[in-house]
Amino acid sequence: MLQVGLTSNDKNSSFMTNLTKIYGWGRYNQQDAYLHAPTSCASLESTAKQQNNVLARGMGRSYGDSANALNVLQTTYINHFIEFDRATGKLTAEAGITLRDILEVIVPSGWFLPVTPGTSYVTLGGAIASDVHGKNHHIAGTFGQHVKSLSMLLGTGEVVITSPEHHADLFHATCGGMGLTGIIMSATIQLLPIKSSFILQKTIRADCVEVACESFESNSDATYSVAWIDCLNKGKSLGRSVIMLGEHAEQGGLEIDTRQKVSMPFSTPSALLNRFTMKAFNAAYWQKSKQNVSQTVALMPYFYPLDAIGEWNRLYGKKGFIQFQCVLPKNDGVANMRKLLNEISSSGEGSFLAALKQFGVSNENLLSFPTEGYTLALDFKASETAIKMVKRLEDMTVDMGGRLYLTKDAVMYESTFKSTYPNWEKFEAVREQYGAIGKFSSTQSKRLGLA
Amino acid sequence: MKRILIIGATSAIAEHCARIWAAKGDAMHLVARNEQQIQVIASDLKVRGASAVTTHCLDLNCVDRHEELLNIADDALGSVDIVLIAHGTLSNQKSCELSVKETLQEIQSNALSTISLLTLIANRFEAKKSGSICVISSVAGDRGRASNYVYGSAKAMVTAFTSGLRQRLHKSNVSVVTIKPGFVDTPMTSEFKKGFLWAKPGAVASKIVAAISNRNDEVYVPAFWRLIMLVISLIPARFFTRVSL
Repeated sequence: MLQVGLTSNDKNSSFMTNLTKIYGWGRYNQQDAYLHAPTSCASLESTAKQQNNVLARGMGRSYGDSANALNVLQTTYINHFIEFDRATGKLTAEAGITLRDILEVIVPSGWFLPVTPGTSYVTLGGAIASDVHGKNHHIAGTFGQHVKSLSMLLGTGEVVITSPEHHADLFHATCGGMGLTGIIMSATIQLLPIKSSFILQKTIRADCVEVACESFESNSDATYSVAWIDCLNKGKSLGRSVIMLGEHAEQGGLEIDTRQKVSMPFSTPSALLNRFTMKAFNAAYWQKSKQNVSQTVALMPYFYPLDAIGEWNRLYGKKGFIQFQCVLPKNDGVANMRKLLNEISSSGEGSFLAALKQFGVSNENLLSFPTEGYTLALDFKASETAIKMVKRLEDMTVDMGGRLYLTKDAVMYESTFKSTYPNWEKFEAVREQYGAIGKFSSTQSKRLGLA
Repeated sequence: MKRILIIGATSAIAEHCARIWAAKGDAMHLVARNEQQIQVIASDLKVRGASAVTTHCLDLNCVDRHEELLNIADDALGSVDIVLIAHGTLSNQKSCELSVKETLQEIQSNALSTISLLTLIANRFEAKKSGSICVISSVAGDRGRASNYVYGSAKAMVTAFTSGLRQRLHKSNVSVVTIKPGFVDTPMTSEFKKGFLWAKPGAVASKIVAAISNRNDEVYVPAFWRLIMLVISLIPARFFTRVSL
């Protein structure tokens, strides 16, 4: 260790020749990659110019292989704020900054992210590339819908500013474009004003999936809504759920606590997560959730419950896990959701972290995931049977007219992607036009048959 | 509000210290060689809450401009409460062995330029009988090893110099804090494989900021390095000669 650490190697030779193993957040997909971590936008530009098959990677929180590539440009050090207008809530920052860093600065000034995913450990660039959604999708849409403009490095080496008004084709390909159109260097977003860093949370228990979906419908005016769903129960109580509604509080101050509580120091034996422990967890969770209870909770635990446990992905053991997230169209959505849940519960493979949510309408971004209907997300401990299961669910989703979230995907077929993302050809045309083809790619983009 | 002069402000450790100070609303004057990057950092620190940020672009090996550097800092901040000296390079041991010029250059960058600054700052703080000086040295300075003794000996000079300075300035109410980081995951060490001994610059920075406000003397970050280096320095020379470290 000392030998390695204190020896100064020849920077240039080892820089290029050392392959490092990288993973998606699910730790299932692995890739030997050349890692580059430029320290400034200027060095990012010059590094990118020297590579092909390159991809920008932020926190590595997408679950499958969408942030894996042979040549990875880590944006770790491209993480500076550029401008923040506290009066208007317009924020400009470099792409590698994390949402957590942003929250530390904006919340005390009375602003919040217009859309946030379930973890704050993602970068601004990653949130845009995945066009992430949150518990307010039915009202606020996706993250990309709040982006005013982007500064991007193209495959041609040119840096351009793109927005819904300027190079709009590039903008709508880049929001949700999985980093395949170029490298996002910085972005300007419009924040949401808040009066308090607390959330008024209301909990509703639903005995089955039909009641849960009805509840989303009758609470569609709630700002935030999501349900924890039990994927192990069968029959009448199939899909029993705890729906959590949220509103920004008006009082309570604007303090924010972003300290990390605990961390998983190593991978736990994956046998600890089995159908019995998960059933027990689900039963306990159901029991502890009271009907129609309202409470005030702090912003961080409300939006990012899992961020309190660093590297929670290690809970699934060395082999990792696969996450499945689909959206089913609203038409027949409830009946179809029951069919999916039936398949999952009868296999007994489901995890204890499953979420159900109603999506609002889709947007103009070419590869953006959300469409109007219901979305289900759950983990499967990686195994042969689990993968077969996920593939069965994939087929069912396609038959039901739904699709899968690229940011979660680890195993989707090319045919599934191309039939469920009908704009993929337009996406390729934009990539062609802006010099991205042959320059930017990921393990996932190759698997899905993108050039 | 503290008034802080940061020398080598584009170093990852210095930048993370600056972010902590910015969140507290302190005022900072940044000195570094890379003009473009120092502006990027200055804007970032303003958004993070720094009450004022000014910059000065200078190659710190120009020792004859150090007096001017301190005058400009005084003008920018009004008066300086804390100085953090964090500039340096990670020497390439192998090429130093083949070049006197490169060896002396590394000693210049990592030791002599720091000592020049310390000499001038010490006299100013001694005269006004207040102030804190913090210098980033290294565990590598605790004992010379074949793998990086050029860098190590430069840091040893910094450690010994600050130790003496600390004694001298103690009477004048000026604290001198010597920081000895172990392995820190920064751009400077990007080529190394990282293991469990490696610390993140943010964590190291919060220890440094705390050490300055507690007016500590010599601080290993993370703390377990004190033990590791104690063991290494206790190995008798005739055994030490034969091991590869």
